[in-house]
Amino acid sequence: MIVVIDYNVGNVRSVCGAFRHLGYDAELSCDPNVVEAAWGLVLPGVAAFGYAINALGPLAGLIKELAAAGKPLLGICVGYQMLFEKSCEYGQHEGLGLISGQVLPIPPGRVIPHMGWNLVRLGGDMDLFAGLGAERYFYFAHSYCAEVSDDQARIAYTDYGFDLVASVQKENIYGVQFHPEKSGNHGLEVLRNFHEICRKAGT
Amino acid sequence: MLTRRIIPCLDVKDNRVVKGVNFLNLRDAGDPVELGARYSDEGADELVFLDITATIRSRKTIVELVEKVAENVFIPFTVGGGISTVEQMDTLLRSGAEKVSVNTAAVENPELIAEAARRFGNQCVVLAIDARRSERRPGKWIVTVKAGSEPTDIDAIEWAARGEQLGAGEILLTSMDADGTKAGYDNELNKAISDAINIPVIASGGAGKLEHLYDAIVDGCADAVLMASITHFGNYNIRQIKEYLRDRGIPMNL
Repeated sequence: MIVVIDYNVGNVRSVCGAFRHLGYDAELSCDPNVVEAAWGLVLPGVAAFGYAINALGPLAGLIKELAAAGKPLLGICVGYQMLFEKSCEYGQHEGLGLISGQVLPIPPGRVIPHMGWNLVRLGGDMDLFAGLGAERYFYFAHSYCAEVSDDQARIAYTDYGFDLVASVQKENIYGVQFHPEKSGNHGLEVLRNFHEICRKAGT
Repeated sequence: MLTRRIIPCLDVKDNRVVKGVNFLNLRDAGDPVELGARYSDEGADELVFLDITATIRSRKTIVELVEKVAENVFIPFTVGGGISTVEQMDTLLRSGAEKVSVNTAAVENPELIAEAARRFGNQCVVLAIDARRSERRPGKWIVTVKAGSEPTDIDAIEWAARGEQLGAGEILLTSMDADGTKAGYDNELNKAISDAINIPVIASGGAGKLEHLYDAIVDGCADAVLMASITHFGNYNIRQIKEYLRDRGIPMNL
């Protein structure tokens, strides 16, 4: 089973709904026992960074521990940004620090938020994008973006007047800046791939 | 490259999609969940659902509608109509909406925008502006509230800029003069607002043929175009719209 971390704010339901639509077992929870028993975890992408990381509270420690032990973890949008060390959205906030890097405002000189469908160049070596080809459109909605400094991380980019990091992977830790649960059939394919990754890890 | 967005708008009354002219003379356009799913299948980039009755009773219905849509539609959708508190927004977002739009309540209490942005992030907060050409000041637009029924003395360009400062992530800009006329968007208005702010502008009101959508993007500098009549009543499907715009050089997710 996949557990979508419920931090009690914003649209956490859609990710869960998308997994169920695909026919998979998924549950929205913040119960440490349920989280620990999951095959894989999803940190959904809603709310402002500070609000989300505070809402996570003591679960943050458990998530870090489980991720370090090899449990697949997928961060989406703000959930993805929380994988990094820190963010400056509405003040300075510490992230989970699972991947080296920081979250900064999208550089000025363009329409912000970066809102809508953008073409992501998919790294052929990222199993999250298996079967999706070289590039696909996904739905983005964010004003901050990650600057990745981890040289072990695999990265997929999109073009927003600069190379914006659209996805990152470090071993069992995955992150997508876009919303796969809101990116139509190709987005659902990403979630299907993540489920497959979790299934393999869980058995 | 970021594509321009095609967004069908579903005005909902008594659990049916309706569409009128200048917000009057409503015509039935079908079931909101079915229509939303159809647009998603046809390749719409987003959907907007507006509760045009916005009563206490309709508020409960709209939450149920959002839940049903979220089970069937895997593209982003915005919900608006009569939203006046962050708690209402939270309920709608938790029910599966990606964004919420505020209109009258934000005019009455601009701090609502800031409060929502701090909690949900500004990408969740859409400021809907119903603008009408000013009779007294040519070349200016005033903000109207309560579904366009009440004029204010607020300048629409200034209000859009203030909304951006307060933390709105997007402006849903409806021309009350053009809405439902099928005579084209008010692209002077769209351009004036797009030039004044740095957040995306969704042009709304007046789409009657495909050329109008092209004009809103090129002349009006709109990041996205909203439409209702031309797609609800079967004149065009989303794919035809996108192919037309792509062939004229507009980046589309097709």
